[in-house]
Amino acid sequence: MPTRRRALLVILMLALLAAASIVLSLAVGSLAVSPAQLGAILTGEDVGLAGEVVRGLRLPRALGAFACGGLLALAGALMQVLLRNPLADPYVLGISGGAAVGALTAMMAGLALAFINLAAFAGAFAAMVLVFGLAHGDSSWTRTRLLLTGVIVAAGCGAGVALILSIAPEQKLRSMLFWLMGDASHITNPWPALAILALGLAAVLPFARELNLLARGDVLAGSLGVVVPRLKRVVYVLASLFTAVAVTTAGSIGFIGLVVPHLVRLAVGNDQRLLLPAAALAGGSLLVLADTLARTVVAPQQLPVGVLTALLGVPVFLFLLSRQSGRHA
Amino acid sequence: MNTPLLETAALDVAIGGHTVCRSLDWRVMPGESWAILGRNGAGKSTLLSTVAGLREAAGGTASIAGMLVAATPPRELARVRGYLPQRSHDPFASTVLETVLVGRHPHLGRWDWESRADRRIAEQALAEVGLAGFEERDVQTLSGGERQRLGFALLLAQAPRLFLLDEPLAHLDLNHQVGQMELLAKRAAAGAAIVAVLHEPGFAARYCRHALLLFGDGSWLAGATADIVTAENLTRLYGHPMRLLTGAPHPVFIPE
Repeated sequence: MPTRRRALLVILMLALLAAASIVLSLAVGSLAVSPAQLGAILTGEDVGLAGEVVRGLRLPRALGAFACGGLLALAGALMQVLLRNPLADPYVLGISGGAAVGALTAMMAGLALAFINLAAFAGAFAAMVLVFGLAHGDSSWTRTRLLLTGVIVAAGCGAGVALILSIAPEQKLRSMLFWLMGDASHITNPWPALAILALGLAAVLPFARELNLLARGDVLAGSLGVVVPRLKRVVYVLASLFTAVAVTTAGSIGFIGLVVPHLVRLAVGNDQRLLLPAAALAGGSLLVLADTLARTVVAPQQLPVGVLTALLGVPVFLFLLSRQSGRHA
Repeated sequence: MNTPLLETAALDVAIGGHTVCRSLDWRVMPGESWAILGRNGAGKSTLLSTVAGLREAAGGTASIAGMLVAATPPRELARVRGYLPQRSHDPFASTVLETVLVGRHPHLGRWDWESRADRRIAEQALAEVGLAGFEERDVQTLSGGERQRLGFALLLAQAPRLFLLDEPLAHLDLNHQVGQMELLAKRAAAGAAIVAVLHEPGFAARYCRHALLLFGDGSWLAGATADIVTAENLTRLYGHPMRLLTGAPHPVFIPE
């Protein structure tokens, strides 16, 4: 059971980790930048090409990746509470599927990046409204109904994606696949996602203790004073919004939303007051590091970051899980 | 102390359109212990969750400590009445102490964290149900009976004046069944009111001064246990001939 002081300490440490990961991603790359140079660039003194690269390319990309990782981890943690299912992730209810259908349709039509993003968000929003409307149909809002509706909508979107991929012209396939795996290289403006991350955290933290109760069941939460249907609606809308913003910004990056909440839970426990901000910071840091690797490990070629999040996340998660089961035995 | 802790007026309770309890007028005063008896599916749990404010009534009203249940914010209700649900499962790992501290939720402000005083209350509640020393155990490793006592400790930490208990003796060994009922009797003696769904009429007769019998067809009978928990009424209640054994120190009913 964390005390408030310990929680603040953990968050402070994760914030330092986040800052360190961003600094690292700014310094590393085909054009190496020294720490001294970096200081000069960030304080606004232009240092020629290095300044251009860092401020114009690496900084937006790093901040965007941080925001997406944070949003996905936050959405994943919320979905796991909402569905009371440790296997839930931000994509389980079809949000990313809707976004993928939107984005790929726009790519197919050869639209500009801005329109691809717009189409992705529209697709995510449509999926969210569809699942919400169908699951809410008889106002019972049971978890099974929500989960089933979401899984079916996701399956439908998956079929749509497969259809588009199979009829898409050869030269568009690569960018489509990168989008599907998640790719931070297109991020030019990270501020909307960062703002949503900050506002989103501010919106969920006041409810964090109520979420602790919701994770233990509707009846218990209701009997201890939580207005359960309202809280579930708020959590659903926020988690969907976070997911939609993240996939619109960087495609459907896998694993962050499922694995990071579990990593954090194994490390600091399941108190949402600590878990939610910690997951946001850890998810953001992890994605920044993964994206830095993705653009340097086989440079000059770039990997889609989604491949790396899975490659990094799986072993770390399995290690923590085995340590956990050892402690119980 | 003269306000009833629980009062219903012409309360109807229905399950799937079938009325299981019709026009219930019922008062539970501070210090009273009530047993709810009835067959499976007679609506015992449904009635309990309805008066707890967790389910809408089909008609009539229920009040807790003078507050209309349907019109009172859940948080305010939670400071006065505690509700022990039938066994729930825990999808996430959590320690025993964390679980008990959940009971303090209605007493904490939005930004409060559990204080040292809350912790003491939780530890004392664990000690009362015989789970002292279990604080750091994962709830997922507890046995059914331990989980049941943990749920009861959570309720003690919540410190309500009205205890609504859905099968508080389920999964418990005989010694813990007696322990649990005596713990409840102590709370009643301190001015709380107890309402418990029970399956054993002998326990109802021994520990509860009052009983509410639900016959499942909408009819009900409420009153002093000594008057209404009789072999005759139990025979009608369970649809099976029941007999009172004489000579035992406590009433014992056995099916014929």
